[in-house]
Amino acid sequence: MSERPADWTRGTEVIRYQVCRNCGAKQYFRRNFCAACGATDRLAENQASGEGTVYAASLVARAATPETRAHVPYNIVLVDTVEGFRMMAHGDKDLAIGDRVMARFVPFAGRVVPYFEKIK
Amino acid sequence: MSYINGVGLTSYGKHQGSSSLDLMSKAAELAIADAGLKRAEIDGILCGYSTVSPHIMLATVFAEHFGIRPSYAHAVQVGGATGLAMTMLAHHLVDAGVARHVLVVGGENRLTGQSRDASIVALAQVGHPDYEVPLGPTIPAYYGLVASRYMHEYGVTQQDLAEFAVLMRAHALTHPGAQFHDPITVADVMASKPVALPLKLLDCCPVSDGGAAFVVSREATSERRVRVRGCAQAHTHQHVTAAPALSELGAEIAIAKAKAAAGLAISDVRYAAVYDSFTITLAMLLEDLGLAGRGEAAARVRSGYFGRGGEMPLNTHGGLLSYGHCGVGGAMAHLVETHLQMTGRAGNRQVKDASIALLHGDGGVLSSHVSMFLERVR
Repeated sequence: MSERPADWTRGTEVIRYQVCRNCGAKQYFRRNFCAACGATDRLAENQASGEGTVYAASLVARAATPETRAHVPYNIVLVDTVEGFRMMAHGDKDLAIGDRVMARFVPFAGRVVPYFEKIK
Repeated sequence: MSYINGVGLTSYGKHQGSSSLDLMSKAAELAIADAGLKRAEIDGILCGYSTVSPHIMLATVFAEHFGIRPSYAHAVQVGGATGLAMTMLAHHLVDAGVARHVLVVGGENRLTGQSRDASIVALAQVGHPDYEVPLGPTIPAYYGLVASRYMHEYGVTQQDLAEFAVLMRAHALTHPGAQFHDPITVADVMASKPVALPLKLLDCCPVSDGGAAFVVSREATSERRVRVRGCAQAHTHQHVTAAPALSELGAEIAIAKAKAAAGLAISDVRYAAVYDSFTITLAMLLEDLGLAGRGEAAARVRSGYFGRGGEMPLNTHGGLLSYGHCGVGGAMAHLVETHLQMTGRAGNRQVKDASIALLHGDGGVLSSHVSMFLERVR
């Protein structure tokens, strides 16, 4: 079992993904094995550049907790990264599908979350 | 071989003071009576879950409460697909001789038993706990993401989606048990409060109290014979981040397998009961199932195709969008209505011909799918 490196889900301003050295599959949800081929101990822990393309977006106007309600409206996006995996994040309210974007990090509901801005 | 011998359905909306077990019991009693059976003849129980009263053994909790000692019992959890998944399992159980009469039951006081915020928070947990939930998404947001992409790829508009809400409301107006009885227009949907754009309040199903139940048996117990002709499932992912391309979603896989199992084609179908948690869900599923061409479902709504008098009557009780959504029972109401239509008992909602029906359920974020064909046997 490899040690889990810090990333934004654990409070560090980094987006990470895994690449399987056995089959080449990429995965964003971290595991100790490759979900495509089952290989163990063959996963490289990589840091993403933060660059990608907007795949989908939904502007949330109705939140359900006091912590998230303080932020409405916030735009939830799915981004296809240049590294080849898809991730959920926040983004500018005017993002459109197909926009090329770059990640930074913003505070949200007591945590730090990835936030995508359009590449000018 | 299996038959749906009896159905039971409460009204949806507020049932102040009723627990989940109360609503399950009420629906179960109706279904067993409808099948012409006694409680003691029920030897199998499949039930869903209650977000208000979670329990690790809900089926036996219910069996004890209701007063049955079944030889087979457990709960099933597949989100919105639970009702049809239980029906599929009951079909196989009675076919295999494991049980004679399986009671399938779901019910929850989701509206009055907890706050709306609590419901929204509980349901959002279908998201990934590390990679999605910390971003503050809601179920409407997960479907809002899918909607944005579907609209982008197939040129569907918000006005198109609104048509489905208007149709479901029109159908609900004719059912006394429906949660909503005020007619709405496309303009009303467009003007309703944004929830998770492109989805607005009237694009979303409500939170309801209610219960539904059926009895599935190996033999028919009356002349009202409705047979499970064939069914199938598909599960492609759990989280929207991990969903496949729109052209590779589970509905298309499930319907292909169900058609093969039933030996039927879409052209054989006379009545449709399709999961409609949001307008986008219904639009996409109709197109994935082949009940409309890609991007053309809204046009079919406008032309009356899915109306009570149309070629393919759809969710004539009002669906989740307007009959209501009490969790597991929500989509079970679709099957109850289908059964009433197939057996000529839908009263002022009766369609001309419901001899072959297609039902489809979806759980998660288009994650889990069950397609099922029912046939009226004469």
